[in-house]
Amino acid sequence: MEWEVVIGCEIHSQLATKSKIFSGASTAYGAEPNTQACAVDLGLPGVLPVLNKEAVRMAVKFGLAVGAELTKRSVFARKNYFYPDLPKGYQISQFELPIVGIGHLDIELEDGSTKRIGITRAHLEEDAGKSLHEDFHGMTGIDLNRAGTPLLEIVSEPDLRSAKEAVAYMKKIHSLVRYLEICDGNMQEGSFRCDANVSVRPMGQKELGTRAEVKNLNSFRFVERAIDYEVERQIDVIESGGKVVQETRLYDSDKGETRAMRSKEEANDYRYFPDPDLLPVELEDDFIEMVRSTLPELPDAKKERFTEQYSLSTYDASVLTASREMGDFYETVVTASGGDAKVAANWVMGDFSASLNKDNKEISESVVTAEMLAGMLKRIADNTISGKIAKEVFEAMWNGEGDADTVIDKKGLKQITDSGAIEAIIDDVINNNPKQAEQYRGGKEQLFGFFVGQVMKATQGKANPGQVNELLKKKLNS
Amino acid sequence: MSLDRSDVEKIAHLARLAISEEDIPGYTHNLSNILDLVAQMDAVDTSGVEPMAHPLDATQRLRADEVSETNQREAFQKIAPATEASLYLVPQVIE
Amino acid sequence: MHNKTIAELSAGLKNGDFSSEELTRSFLARIEKLDPQVNSYISVTTDEALSQAREADKRIAAGNASALTGVPIAQKDIFCTNGVKTSSGSKMLDKFIAPYDATVVSKFNQAGAVMLGKTNMDEFAMGSSNETSFYGPVKNPWDLTAVPGGSSGGSAAAVAARLAPGATGTDTGGSIRQPAALCGITGIKPTYGRVSRYGMIAFASSLDQAGPMERTSEDCALMLNAMAGFDERDSTSVEKDVPDYTASLNDDLKGLKIGLPREYFGEGLDSEVAKVIEASIEEYKKQGAEIVEISLPNTGLAVPTYYVVAPAECSSNLSRMDGVRFGHRCDNPADLEDLYKRSRGEGFGAEVKRRIMIGAYALSAGYYDAYYLKAQKLRQLISDDFKKAFEQVDVIMGPTSPTTAFNLGEKSDDPVTMYLSDIYTIAVNLAGLPGMSVPAGFVGQRPVGLQIIGNYFEEARLLNVAHKFQQASDWHQRAPENFSD
Repeated sequence: MEWEVVIGCEIHSQLATKSKIFSGASTAYGAEPNTQACAVDLGLPGVLPVLNKEAVRMAVKFGLAVGAELTKRSVFARKNYFYPDLPKGYQISQFELPIVGIGHLDIELEDGSTKRIGITRAHLEEDAGKSLHEDFHGMTGIDLNRAGTPLLEIVSEPDLRSAKEAVAYMKKIHSLVRYLEICDGNMQEGSFRCDANVSVRPMGQKELGTRAEVKNLNSFRFVERAIDYEVERQIDVIESGGKVVQETRLYDSDKGETRAMRSKEEANDYRYFPDPDLLPVELEDDFIEMVRSTLPELPDAKKERFTEQYSLSTYDASVLTASREMGDFYETVVTASGGDAKVAANWVMGDFSASLNKDNKEISESVVTAEMLAGMLKRIADNTISGKIAKEVFEAMWNGEGDADTVIDKKGLKQITDSGAIEAIIDDVINNNPKQAEQYRGGKEQLFGFFVGQVMKATQGKANPGQVNELLKKKLNS
Repeated sequence: MSLDRSDVEKIAHLARLAISEEDIPGYTHNLSNILDLVAQMDAVDTSGVEPMAHPLDATQRLRADEVSETNQREAFQKIAPATEASLYLVPQVIE
Repeated sequence: MHNKTIAELSAGLKNGDFSSEELTRSFLARIEKLDPQVNSYISVTTDEALSQAREADKRIAAGNASALTGVPIAQKDIFCTNGVKTSSGSKMLDKFIAPYDATVVSKFNQAGAVMLGKTNMDEFAMGSSNETSFYGPVKNPWDLTAVPGGSSGGSAAAVAARLAPGATGTDTGGSIRQPAALCGITGIKPTYGRVSRYGMIAFASSLDQAGPMERTSEDCALMLNAMAGFDERDSTSVEKDVPDYTASLNDDLKGLKIGLPREYFGEGLDSEVAKVIEASIEEYKKQGAEIVEISLPNTGLAVPTYYVVAPAECSSNLSRMDGVRFGHRCDNPADLEDLYKRSRGEGFGAEVKRRIMIGAYALSAGYYDAYYLKAQKLRQLISDDFKKAFEQVDVIMGPTSPTTAFNLGEKSDDPVTMYLSDIYTIAVNLAGLPGMSVPAGFVGQRPVGLQIIGNYFEEARLLNVAHKFQQASDWHQRAPENFSD
């Protein structure tokens, strides 16, 4: 039987506020355990929550970026359940009236087409603390520093049809929240966490199959593997006559498999009700317009502009707009070099990106700044160096040997453009290879490359290739 | 509205309350009586009435995003029943 | 000194008639001698009180005293007090030393008031008789076989027995007004949002409101001046200026329109209590007030509605009592579930468990609409009744409680009968209005309270209306025999 895969995603995106969503404690990552858990975060008797304006602003910003309906009066609700990382015995979240309503996001598929993915809602809520499972004589330790960190939970429609689509969607959201500067996107530190609701159904069937929620997907690689594994597992279960159980499953990246979570065995009855400690959040038009005015150019718009303004291919434009930093870097290079946008694109996507990958670095950590790369491109444009020599210059810059002019100067890589000097070298080369010169003149024209090579070798690649070609032809044919 | 023993056991579990065997009949009786009292609500037709969550028709005030709290771990953990290595201890959590 | 009002004590302190330390010592001595009879205090903070008193004396000497500087008061044990046990009347918090001050407590500290101790109360404020306290019942100073009312029964009894000139209380369904009535003192529950709830251990967040309990309306005004005001730590606190509540105490009542709800004088009201209330209404007529008969048709639904809303909120509010970060934790938990169930099972008393279970049930899957949502709609109707009434009248009056204080043990086995004793006070909380109870007379030796309900933020008017009555009566000046000297 042919199976159709149906996936919906829930993304928990930690908002990049300084303080928590309902308290004045810091959200900084990596502090000593429980030093950033204040009375409110600990749920001490008598404490009360007060909503962080910045968290609201960021949620609105996201809503505007995905063309969503904003809820003018959204309501915080309590989700009641007992768990040690949840100090109050309830999580303050949004249930019936989330701040961000229906929106959408377009993703690019492998065949180059785009697909629109529905966003059901996005709501504000507080993060829980962390359970540390190192063994304290059979006990678990609880660190509540993370408790109360603002989260935007972004819920998609079950519009995704493969693990690859799910990854494309998640990457797009990841890129978007970073464009918007509302989340640092750090998956290792848990700032951006994905859960996938996965089900399968016979191709053509209308009703959805029973879904399993796969958690703990803390890298895009894991998302794809976990979903692929889960799809196979569900098909196996059904084909061998069994039934898929609705449950929460944890991805084990070491084993590459998913397993049912023991702690979530029983069906939860969360007893949601409006939090009486908080009042409805009213979004006034002025506030929404103020936030709208701070929206940056979004990935899709930027991509479009890049193809037009810089005459780039769709592919190049989408690579260069994958992150806000990459787009900004590229544009700085183009502007500062004042030169060919395509050449700049090749360098940014080529040697520069390769070096970042090789050293596992972010753009912000790169020694080679956009201005430095632009400086080098200028030297190519004004014939100070050739494209080939530029690779050597780039590598030296990457290794911290200074900007392009410094490297060119220090290493003596300046191109030789003095035709007298080049002619003298050509004369030497012809004189030293009389046999080849004779053969060439006798019609074996493929030997031309040999002479170019000899000349470049003699100049350590610094002779201007155009001039070499021109002068060599003249000399050999004379 | 009459509850039976199993209802009470279910609710006690939901609320994480240990109730001893011999106390269950008493709770069953009292909770049923309270629900009978509450059932008087049904006498009134409330269709079309907006639910009132709050006495005042006000909206949420928003706090500036500033870190105003300092580390008070020592004071807070002094009143904790079980801590180690600055962590709150609970019986092992199995995920 | 113990028979003086706060206003008189404040004047005496400023005149140098006595020092705060002397005054405080005299109250501490009275508490030591007499409180064993009533059990109104859970903690007496002798050392802290004396040190606060000495600070207050310095402040008075320096000439920058407020009206309450040096005045001893008692705090209901529901308010967190930094470094002092804050039990909320529960075994769950028997060892809970609060690591911070409630906003109300900070405000009294800033005013220079002296805290004598923390008063007894129904466990987590759930009760109408003070019999659910882990620390034993409080007895009514007027009759030691009677209950003082609840949940602020300790505060009411302490003030009635002259073991504190004033105390704080909290009122979720009548917990200031009903014990004030049953103990023959004056108490006001302000408009919801008028006094900060920060640091006040929550029972039902959308109903809870703190207020003062004193012998006179004037003292309530002095105390409310210190308590009221916006607090940025409480999202439900109202950003509205606080008037000087003493300023309008003596305003003339000529032309005041008093509404008497038909439903507050019907079946269920003790006929002797009714007579006392009617007599007090006569006094208002004498002062030129106009009586208007009104109707609050949904009065009968207030108790059923309340017993969905309040338990629902409390079931969630008390979930934080889980034996992990503070409070009672059972011995040797076998696993996580055992930790939760036994810590909570052992830490909470029967009435609290009942309400948690009712609340959890009312919010659970399949029941939410029939219970919680229905109750919220009725709450709207009940609130609308008051809105309509206040289009016709300035204040509403009636009995605070349908009977005088009942006997200890009389209703403690029957929750529903107990709940019905709050029939006249509960609707006020559901609507969020201010309400007050004023001593209006006696049936036998047990006091009767007159309830005065005002429109939103009209506390000053209530205090004025109560004060004018007290100018013309002496019910509030009477002292229970065993505690009069």
